[in-house]
Amino acid sequence: MTELQAGQGAQPLEVPRIDARPQRYRDVLIALAAFALLALLPFIFGSKQLLDFVIRCAAYGLFATSLNLLVGYTGLISFGHGMFFGLGAYGFGLMMQKTGVAIPVAFVATLAMTFVVAVVIGAICVRLKEIYFAFVTLAFQMLIHSTILSWQSLTGGDQGLRGGIPRPPFLGIDLSNHLHLYITSCALLVIGLFLMRQIAQSPFGYTLRMIRDNATRASFIGIDVWRAKLTIFVLAALFAATGGMIMALFVSGAYPEFAYWTISGEGIFINMLGGVTTFLGPMVGTMLFLILNDTVTRLTEYHGIVLGIVILFFAIGLRKGLMDFAVEWFAQRRGEGRG
Amino acid sequence: MILVDLDALASCLVSPACLVTQTTSGLIIGMLLFLVAVGLTLIFGVLKVVNFSHGAFYMFGAYFAMTAYQLTGSFALAMLSGAVGTAILGLIFERVFMSRVYGRDVLMQLLVCYAFVLIFDDVVRMVWGPEFKSMGMPAAFQVPPLFIAGGVVPPYYLLLIGVALAAAVVLGLGLARSRIGKVIRAAAHNPGMVSALGINTGLIYGGVFALGGMLAGLAGALAAPVRSLTPGMGFSVLIESFIVTVIGGMGSILGALIGALLIGLIRSFGSLGFPLFTEGLMYLFMVIVLVSRPTGLFGKEVA
Repeated sequence: MTELQAGQGAQPLEVPRIDARPQRYRDVLIALAAFALLALLPFIFGSKQLLDFVIRCAAYGLFATSLNLLVGYTGLISFGHGMFFGLGAYGFGLMMQKTGVAIPVAFVATLAMTFVVAVVIGAICVRLKEIYFAFVTLAFQMLIHSTILSWQSLTGGDQGLRGGIPRPPFLGIDLSNHLHLYITSCALLVIGLFLMRQIAQSPFGYTLRMIRDNATRASFIGIDVWRAKLTIFVLAALFAATGGMIMALFVSGAYPEFAYWTISGEGIFINMLGGVTTFLGPMVGTMLFLILNDTVTRLTEYHGIVLGIVILFFAIGLRKGLMDFAVEWFAQRRGEGRG
Repeated sequence: MILVDLDALASCLVSPACLVTQTTSGLIIGMLLFLVAVGLTLIFGVLKVVNFSHGAFYMFGAYFAMTAYQLTGSFALAMLSGAVGTAILGLIFERVFMSRVYGRDVLMQLLVCYAFVLIFDDVVRMVWGPEFKSMGMPAAFQVPPLFIAGGVVPPYYLLLIGVALAAAVVLGLGLARSRIGKVIRAAAHNPGMVSALGINTGLIYGGVFALGGMLAGLAGALAAPVRSLTPGMGFSVLIESFIVTVIGGMGSILGALIGALLIGLIRSFGSLGFPLFTEGLMYLFMVIVLVSRPTGLFGKEVA
């Protein structure tokens, strides 16, 4: 039995309600409330640093949550998910620099490009078993990274996309204005999380959980496992690319580091930190990771050692993410209250 | 910018001198990859984990060799310290950390290794500094190159190929014939039964990990005179040797050898014909093998 199943086994699997509408209304309300709260933030605390932090949380959070759709929900441990983050950043940046189309057009075009790449790579990868899947996705990440480095005339090589990304205003939104960029990032984050939540709670989402727990049984009852895995691989890639686009807008450029394997490693670490058994675990993990990373980078130039030790502490010591602990603690308390 | 240069490739294929030069450089890449990949495949075969931090052993082997060479001036001692140092490191790493995650989620195994990739790279940065280093060619090999059919072959290349081939033969025969080899193969097949027969499987696991680390360290030490040393140098080698094991089949030593040689030759000849797509060729080859034979050229179906 794997660790994931063990964590799941502690509580009976939540059975989807036959009428999913009340839950969807609840999700809409939560999403609207979260967006309102985030939108009010700049008027309460005017600090630019805080807003920057939230924008980075949006970029990394979409990336990490989409990775959890693969790791936590489907049991596909992708070690190359960061390639779509990088593709999103480069695709969007290049589109804006070279063609000068409107931002929404570039946004949709980048998603379309990511879709095509993800279908091709996914079709090759999802046939493979656990460790092979992890490494072959990683290999593709390295291929994309080395392509970005060697295709200098297009991508600027190791210098990245320089000269800034033009951000012409559209529909009254001017993304070169920091506040507008902040609100747009928050909107993308909330919409992205809402959509991923709907995927996770849909019948398709429960099919994914079944594939994770027992792929053989799933295929016996008539589920096309390969197609389901490919579908979630591509969907997750689209959300990761959205995260990459937010990042490109934020730094007004794209750098090879966005497509380097360490981004994927960080994504896995974020999921571990927050926990993969809850939907919002990766979001909590993202915030913790960014705070941790910023603090450590400020204190020492050897932040790899510190991060490595933290990872070891979680992987060998705790064996769970923080949100997993929180959920268990609540479940225990509720159990005591009843008894 | 030239993407495809088939003329260069064709004119090389008909010239003996160019053929010899390119083949030797392909063999060098292939042999170094083989030493790293065979450790990876051995560890996977017996311990059922993919050592994601295997590239770090290659890196440490190179740095240990450089330091030993600078201190003693002896090339043999440099090779020895590269191999032995990484063997000890592998043993400690396996006993203290990896042994805690056997049989657990692949995610945990990858995370522990990922943590050590970060830690090891920073340790190297701390001890040896972040800049590029080079060991320099040992004095014994600073002799004029050999000319074989008009192609240039530095003598050091011959030594490198010889050492790697010797390692392949010793390893292959040792696993097939010797008692320890049989015990290792038995432990790969059924560790519970081996341990019930009174054999310390923990010791075997540690030993196999040390052996794998030693081979990667030896590869690093052999590469030190001809490549530049930098923290993180192990990672691209790790990816390439993983591709080698995917092509050859996980757990197969012969597969690792053939896969490594194929990748080496693809790299050296590919750089003539497809200068910007050399890496891509490697991946393309991997994809073709994966699609047509998912278990690799020499792999058996893993249950």
